Order: sequence, then structure tokens, then C-alpha cells
Amino acid sequence: MNRSSTTPWLLVSPGAVLFAGLVIVPLVLTVILSFLTYNYDTGIGDGYTLAHYGQILSDGYYLDIFWRTLRLALLTTLLCALIGMPEAYILSRMRKPWRSIFLLVIIGPLLVSVVVRAFGWSMLLGSTGLVNAALGIVGLGPVKLLYTETAIVIALVHIMLPFMVIPVWTALQKLDPMVEAAAWSLGASRFTALRRVVMPQVSIGLLSGSLIVFGLSASAFAIPGLLGGRRLKMAATLVYDEYMQELNWPMGAAIAIIVLLANLVIMLAYNRAVEARARRALG
Amino acid sequence: MQKNGPLALLFHALVIAFVLAPLVVVCLVAFTPENTLTIPTVRFSLRWFRAILDYPDFITAFGNSLWLATLAATLSAAIAVPAGLAIDRYRFAGRDALNALFLSPLIIPHLVLGVAFLRFFALVGVTGSFAWLVMSHVIIVTPYVLRLVIAALSGLDRGAEQAAMTLGASRLTVFRRITLPMILPGVTGGWLLAFINSFDELTMSIFVTSPATVTLPVRMYMYATDSIDPMMAAVSALMIALTAIAMLVLDRVFGLDKILVGEK
Repeated sequence: MNRSSTTPWLLVSPGAVLFAGLVIVPLVLTVILSFLTYNYDTGIGDGYTLAHYGQILSDGYYLDIFWRTLRLALLTTLLCALIGMPEAYILSRMRKPWRSIFLLVIIGPLLVSVVVRAFGWSMLLGSTGLVNAALGIVGLGPVKLLYTETAIVIALVHIMLPFMVIPVWTALQKLDPMVEAAAWSLGASRFTALRRVVMPQVSIGLLSGSLIVFGLSASAFAIPGLLGGRRLKMAATLVYDEYMQELNWPMGAAIAIIVLLANLVIMLAYNRAVEARARRALG
Repeated sequence: MQKNGPLALLFHALVIAFVLAPLVVVCLVAFTPENTLTIPTVRFSLRWFRAILDYPDFITAFGNSLWLATLAATLSAAIAVPAGLAIDRYRFAGRDALNALFLSPLIIPHLVLGVAFLRFFALVGVTGSFAWLVMSHVIIVTPYVLRLVIAALSGLDRGAEQAAMTLGASRLTVFRRITLPMILPGVTGGWLLAFINSFDELTMSIFVTSPATVTLPVRMYMYATDSIDPMMAAVSALMIALTAIAMLVLDRVFGLDKILVGEK
């Protein structure tokens, strides 16, 4: 290991300056903005106020949107876990060429713009879309799907699934398949082997996947924007409307800061949970 | 190796259908000859692809996105390579804090970054500037490059570097002739990942682009919120095709699963 000198400082300085100037400064400015007064006629004032936070925490309009954001993000996380975990397990048991092909099929859509995927779902779920056509064949009348919470959750699960499959898959890679076979030969049922041998190994991946999925779903913008319509807002579309339509920047900033704080609190809680697990595992 | 049972395979088939359905539908509808979003069954037409050529907004936005992603990925590589060297090779005061700062855009929602950049740019008086849009993208893509650079550096065999040093090469020569060529696959992988992330970014960009600097995802989002016609499907199909080509290249050169799974 090299001696500490001025060299590392020279090497990191361009990045350090850029990140200090463009991450820390704008975030501090936004926190300040969220406390500035706002008047619909004169715009952003000079005085400081807690009114925006007060209004968010007391006005039913904002509380409803936050509650919907929390509910849909949790539901998305749960569905991603229920689909992603078995899928990662099935993938890990596939043979050589198929395994990497299907892994690519599942994670490849990550590279396709969210707008494209949201647009695809809006066509599938529309009143004349394929899903309703399929329901019609079975004899179920057209169901209103587009611009409902169901549409938002379906599309969110689609976008977030790779973020659940990847960490679970990575955790499974560390599990020797012979250990599961050993559990069977010692008389464990398939279910017991899954529960006692595979699950503990997977749970760290599941936890980190859930964290990513929840965080990204709670601040998702394009999906509620395109599939929720004008009325069904989530936190991110609410911030956008406050900025671009109401032009109430301090209010928008206050909502964004709440989203950021909620994210950070969840990260910390997650780190606690992982540490607790690690402590238990070490005995 | 244990086999998957029939139920497991059925589940797997449903998941794959779910994952591919919206992409397949977009690609099919793009070839419709009708004016509405219908899946063509008998006749196929390229009319909506031709319509893009008469709608300059998408072409300009595509050009903006291409430039933006190229510049942002290149600048972030120029920042991440030296920063990665410092973080991997040296122990210095503030190292962990800087590392956390460089990775922080991964945990700060893009929505929050967009709002923060908008306020900052408005106060500095550079709203709508393309150069500052590039800088904002450098911030969001640098963590991806930095991770791959550090992974490449920590997996490096230091023997070749030490041999060059013993033979009298200067530190700059060692970096240029030995270290850089050895970490080049990591840097290139990081560059491509940064390019794709910047090219697809919507949530932050929608706050900081102006009509002159609008990017393709922002233009598509705006288009899809006001009018839905098959031209949107044609643009989307082109984007899917481009992504598929990029994926094939990435996979051939580096192994896509390595880059993406390593990325978390």
C-alpha cells in the first residue's frame, strides 16, 4: 500500500470538486428552498416558514398521495419478492446455455427506457388492449385497467423485477447445490430443505432487493405519470406538478425532501437489519 | 444438478411472457398501417417509421441524447479512473467519505436530484444550458463507472506494474503502458453502462432540460402524455432495436451478466 501523500488528493480532486459543487450544494439549497415562503402572486419570498411541511402533514390531499405512494411501493416490493425469488431459484437450477439466455431476457429490459416499457403497458392494459381482449375471450367483460392503481402496480413490478432477481440470484450463486442435496439425503423434505437451507442464504439478497425495489418504486415518475393519468398521483408526479404547473417550488422542494428523508431512513433501518442478521449468523 | 419440475417451468414461462409482453406489443404495433394503436394482423406497413422523419422533434431529441450520453460517459470516465486509483491504492483522510459521496447518487432518488439541480441552475443563472445538463448527467452516471474501475483495479495483478517500476519506468509511464491497458475492459464496460444510463434517464432530466436541450426520453414522455398514436410505437421499437444491438455488443465483449449482476 502506498504511503499517503498529495498524490491521492490530486487524483480525486476533480471528482471531489464536482460532487461537492453539484451534489452537496444543490441539496443544501433545496433544503433551504423548502423553508422559504411562497405567494401565488409574488412567487418565492425571502422569509422562512414551516408552512409547507405543515400543510403536507395536515392536508388530506397530500396525505392521500403519500399514503398511495407507500401502499403501492410496498405492494410492488411484495409482488417482486413473490415472483423474483422463485424465478431466481428456477434460473439457478437451469442448465448452461438456458441459464444465461433467460438471465439476459430478465435483466435486459433494464436497458430499455422506462418510457418505452410504460408505453407498452398502456397499450396492453387499454380498453381495447390485449389484456381486455383476452378477458373478453374468457367471457369477462372489459375491465377498466388503464389509469388505475392496478395498472401502476403491474408496470412497476415489471420495471422492478430485475432489481429483485439480481441480488437473489447473486446470493444463490454462493450456495453449493450439494448442500440442498445433503439435506434431502439426511431425510429433509423438499419444503424443509428450501426453508432451512435455501431461504437463509437467499434472505440477504431478498432484503437488499426489497430495499432497492421499494426505494425506486416510491420515487418512480414515468409509470404513475403515464399509467396513473392526471388524477392518480404518486410522490414524484406530485413534485413535478408542484414545480411545473403550480410553480410552487418551495412546496415541491418540501415534498422532495420528505421523499429523500424517507429513503434515507429506510436505508438505515436496512443496514441495522443486515447487521442484526449477521450478528445472529455469527452467534 | 437438480432439474426444475413442470410447475416450476410453467411459472418460469409465465414470468418470461410477462417480462417480454410490453416490448413485443410495442414492436408489433409499430408496423400497423392504421391510425390507431392496433396490432397488425394482415397488412404491415412502415408508414409510422417514415412519419418520424417528418417530425423533427424526435430527431433533434435523439441527437441531443446521443451527444449528452457520449459527453457524460466520457467525462465521468475521466473523473472515475483517477478517483478509482486514489480510492483503491491509497489510504488517506476522507477516503471513505469521498467514496460515499461518489456513490451517493445511487441512493438519492433522481427526482430529488432533478429538483436540486433545477434550483441550483436557476440561482446560478444557467437554466437550460446544455453544458450544465451534461454535468448533471456526469453526477448520476459516475457511480457506475467508479464501481467497475475499482473492481478492475482490485482484481489486478500488481506484478507487471512492479516489474515496470523496477525497470525504471516513471509512474505516469506505468499507468499509461501497464495499468490503463489492464483495466481498460472495466473502464469501457463502465463507459457503456454510463452511456446507456444517461441515454435513458428521464426523471432527473425532465426537470433540467429546456425546449432546446430536450432529450429523447423526455420528448417521448411529453409526446405520450398528450397524444398517443403509432408513431410513439415506432420510436419505441427503434429504441428497443438499438438497445438489443447494444446488449449483443456488450455481451460479446464483456459478458452482460457480469456487468449487470455486478452492478446490483
